[in-house]
Amino acid sequence: MAKNFVTTTINGDEVEFASYPGQSLLDVLRSELHMTGTKNGCGSGDCGACTVVLNGRPVNACLVLGVELDGAEIETIEGMATGTKLHPLQQKFLDHAALQCGICTPGILTMAKAFLEKNPDPTESEVRYGLAGNLCRCTGYDKIVRAVLDAAADMRADG
Amino acid sequence: MAELKYESPQTTEAAVALLAAGGPTARVFAGGTDLMVQMHEEMIEPTLLVDIKRISETRQITFEDDYVRIGAAVTGAELGEHAELKAMWPGVVEAVELIGSYQVQGRATIGGNLCNASPAADSVPALIAAAARVVIAGPGGVRDIPVEDMPVGPGRTSLAAGEFVTSLLLPKRAERAGDAYLRFIPRTEMDIAVVGVGVSVTLNPDGTCATARMALGAVAPTARLVKAASDILVGNKLDHAVLEALAEAASDACSPIDDKRGTIVFRTKVAGVLACRAAAIAWQRAEKN
Amino acid sequence: MSNDQSTTNYRWVGKRTPRPDGVDKVTGRARYGDDMSVPGMLHCKILRSPHAHARIVSIDLSKAKALKGVKAVLTCAEIPDHPLSEPPYAPIINDMHDISRNVMAREKVLYDGHAVAAVAATSERIARAALKLIDVEYEVLPHVLDPLEAAQPGAPILNEDQFTFGDETEPKVPSNLFRSITGKRGDLEAGFAEADLIIEREFISEPVHQGYIEPLACIATTSEDGCVELWTTTQGHFVIRALCAKLLNMELAKIRVTASEIGGGFGGKNTIYGEPVAIRLSQMTGRPVRMVMTRTEVFRASGPTVGSRSKIKMGAKKDGTITAAEVDTWYQAGAFKGAPVGRAVETYFSSYKIANVRATCYDVCVNRPKVAAYRAPGAPMAAFAAEGAINELADRLGIDPIDFRLKNAVGEGDESLMGSKYGQIGLVEVLEKVKSHPHYAAPLGPNQGRGFALGYWMHGGGLSSVSAHLLDDGTVTVATGNPDIGGSRSSMRVMAAEELGIDIELIKPIVADTGSMGYSHLTAGSRTTFATGWAVVNAVREIIDKLRALAAKKWGISVDDVIWESGQAVPKKAGQDRIKPLSLKELAGMATKMGGAIAGHSEINAGGVGAAFSAQLVDVEVDPETGFVTPTRYTVVQDVGRAISPDYVEGQMQGGAVQGIGWALNEAYIYDAEGRLQNTGFLDYRMPVASDVPMIDTVLVEVPNPNHPYGVRGVGEPCLVPAPAAVANAVENAIGRTMSWLPLSPPKILQAIEELKLAAE
Repeated sequence: MAKNFVTTTINGDEVEFASYPGQSLLDVLRSELHMTGTKNGCGSGDCGACTVVLNGRPVNACLVLGVELDGAEIETIEGMATGTKLHPLQQKFLDHAALQCGICTPGILTMAKAFLEKNPDPTESEVRYGLAGNLCRCTGYDKIVRAVLDAAADMRADG
Repeated sequence: MAELKYESPQTTEAAVALLAAGGPTARVFAGGTDLMVQMHEEMIEPTLLVDIKRISETRQITFEDDYVRIGAAVTGAELGEHAELKAMWPGVVEAVELIGSYQVQGRATIGGNLCNASPAADSVPALIAAAARVVIAGPGGVRDIPVEDMPVGPGRTSLAAGEFVTSLLLPKRAERAGDAYLRFIPRTEMDIAVVGVGVSVTLNPDGTCATARMALGAVAPTARLVKAASDILVGNKLDHAVLEALAEAASDACSPIDDKRGTIVFRTKVAGVLACRAAAIAWQRAEKN
Repeated sequence: MSNDQSTTNYRWVGKRTPRPDGVDKVTGRARYGDDMSVPGMLHCKILRSPHAHARIVSIDLSKAKALKGVKAVLTCAEIPDHPLSEPPYAPIINDMHDISRNVMAREKVLYDGHAVAAVAATSERIARAALKLIDVEYEVLPHVLDPLEAAQPGAPILNEDQFTFGDETEPKVPSNLFRSITGKRGDLEAGFAEADLIIEREFISEPVHQGYIEPLACIATTSEDGCVELWTTTQGHFVIRALCAKLLNMELAKIRVTASEIGGGFGGKNTIYGEPVAIRLSQMTGRPVRMVMTRTEVFRASGPTVGSRSKIKMGAKKDGTITAAEVDTWYQAGAFKGAPVGRAVETYFSSYKIANVRATCYDVCVNRPKVAAYRAPGAPMAAFAAEGAINELADRLGIDPIDFRLKNAVGEGDESLMGSKYGQIGLVEVLEKVKSHPHYAAPLGPNQGRGFALGYWMHGGGLSSVSAHLLDDGTVTVATGNPDIGGSRSSMRVMAAEELGIDIELIKPIVADTGSMGYSHLTAGSRTTFATGWAVVNAVREIIDKLRALAAKKWGISVDDVIWESGQAVPKKAGQDRIKPLSLKELAGMATKMGGAIAGHSEINAGGVGAAFSAQLVDVEVDPETGFVTPTRYTVVQDVGRAISPDYVEGQMQGGAVQGIGWALNEAYIYDAEGRLQNTGFLDYRMPVASDVPMIDTVLVEVPNPNHPYGVRGVGEPCLVPAPAAVANAVENAIGRTMSWLPLSPPKILQAIEELKLAAE
């Protein structure tokens, strides 16, 4: 099947890939670019494990086509830490034990980061609704919500 | 294996030509939040995807003399961020914002929600209540129809070969007008409506109802306008007797099915409950304007 | 060293320490089942039955084989058949006869989603396309989904070679009823005669899926010498090795299994599905083969837990003494025998001292996927029935539900119905903690209700192996054979650091593959921190003994005169103050020059398991017009023995509670009239999302298990056991009538409210 050539920016780097029509961004990231930090949980936009930021908005990578991304800017979990310094959300997830198996963690972190950029001072309820598109089966969400609220407070303090 | 092609035309005419040439297995691709799932589950196997997002008309919200034009490929997130539109048609915008998660909101489009023709599509009852019209481009030119004439059955629309939706037209809201949309789902998020109700009213200066439109979703093969609702509401205030009559009219308008999402009895009953609640919100909004 | 638990003055145990695998998981670096690729690998897709029950008349593979890019196609012909286990109908759960047929259908397909054929191709798209080219002719048969119906004579028979086991009449006709298990004591008739109040109820629960977010995935690589390497997401790679070897008639040592990071399991990744298929396709092609299930396949073809039908009768005196209890429960095993009936009998009434009692549970095959374990398998649905009945007894006798339970609570020396004898247990402590918790007395608003239920679980022990190695710079690797599903590497590291007296950061815990370790049983049954943790303690104690010997040699004194204290060897006897203690690091540096590298090993079969009790309080608000339920407050009080890593103990309790909320309110397998599963995705298989649930408060009660070096009890499973019952009880209290079926979805609640209204009119 003929592939289209696509040029994008991923985590600040120019990345070129070839993609056949019908291939999802998730599949491009994982199979073509070997960026497996973005997880595959359902393929139907219901679990949020594949959350990435596309042109400034969080999206399910499984519901985006690779071929439509020419010129797009994409952020994934692999770009969240700065060098070896973890993002405050990543650190707070560790501090609060906000993960067990960890499969949902990259998607939740990516969503939480995008959410806090829009709403830096959320209530508990707003965090819960903000993360409603990310299933976690292990934690019962309690420690995740606490970690996001705590990270938000720190990020506000740091301006 | 059928070859799949992808095109992203920049003009309406080019899109129409591609769709017309592509035949029945050509699909319009906008937000992709329904289409990608259907392809993933192998429910459909299109041979051509026509991405309409590079056509500027589909991506804009413009205020014209008598109406607001919303491009078909405007996303839920974009609608939600549009303060002016949200103030004018809060019910319509809230309905679109109910579709899926934040992630889905970043992609799902108002035109896609309509053209996917799910009986449970959240935006559709709200759009019908708002008396919205659909602008359709096709080989024969451009036409527009009421939203309620768009879906003809589950997954089926009245679009002819080569046609696609370029935008929706919402009337400019009158004074003392308000709208609301409510749905029932078994969880707080991430579900398909089991019942959806859109209500739009305008009030007279004395607080009685001047005009009213109510539409139901997920209780019939297509979203439907409940004509009886306007007879019940117009000329009246929202007192107990009127609400009871409204609930009954909503329930009477239902012809639902039993399925994995709800039962006939449940849907019929809850349609009445949500009709009253949505009417009360629309009323409150109208009184404030 | 003794198991003296009197000290709680620990440096690491019970502290909130960072988890060793944390950074890799927040950066996306951790590799799960689907994150591995091997050069030249093929992609496997599996063709699945569209029918609930059908005979396979023929399968034509020719068109699929001819498709360009297809390298191999297989059916059951490529999977070895096995006879029914000997003796013929012994209740062996891992019966290769059944597993062979579940992995790839043989004579018949027995459920919607049953594997029929598999393809290995150069791309996933080609593999998918090839599936469409396989022609299967089916003769569709009548199907049965309900366990009570399936157990009746005349029901469609799934396995024609299955006769009810243990039936003294030696049945001549096959049956879907595989066996029943009964636990009993006392005289039921006399017990019920003593009762002032007798209630009889029927309870129904639907199958629910474990709902792990990571789909099943593996890669098999075969070498020309016959050796196989398997990468897979599993709760027990040694078990996967054993099952694959036995099924495929291979030698154990020729299969090396590496467990990937595991993205949730909850019991669902305890067995094999696609692994032997990938191995066979790899053997047929000489290429690595990757198999990744879609979410739809996970729901249709991997085991959910059982659904149940229970008929229960209980009697009590006015003073609250339970005089008698009996129950019959039918469990759906799915297409092959193996419902957790023993565990059900074990769980029924086992928190209570009841003189006259009988529990019988039936293992019944139906046309659904073969059940797998799910977090306290068999227990939550038993607790739903038993706790529901007990709440009704307490309510009708006007006795506080906690007092009612305290009155009947089991204690040390009592036995469960299956004969588990309780040692030191924390049941009374747990109940009293609930009673004194502010939640118990907090006021409720309109349309709100409060529920309570108690859960019991006897966690597992068994085989675990550990290798600990002291490196010459004073760091330590601790290798276990147990996949880390929710933070076990953290508790292993904590226990090793506590024993060695060194900083946790000096210890690197790893999960080793089957080629590197002795047998280790599943990460399941709440056994890992208990049993594998115990082996860790043993292994590092061996290191300590070797270090003491080294110090003794250096000092020229007897090893008996060297003790280990705060990470260093210290001479014991007075008057030897001139000998400077040697630290672990100093000794590590000397070791290779004075005899060789130092390691400690432990291969144990851990006994001494302890009973654990979890009590849960939950408030809900019910919308009286729609039946929508909002959980508003939740408290879990649990005897955890001793929390090694309290963060992750709390996490288990919170996660278990929320799974219970899902089970109680919305999760269920929904079939159509043809027996096809209707909700094969997360959209309609409705697990709780973040906005559905409140914060989950946890109270850790620590009554140490006297048999374990650190007093550990299993914590992962007890917390799910009472959760559905507690939520259901809260709904009952909110709407004012008993509710006997799960899930309590809005249509059912609204119907109950409407019936109440009609009755009042």
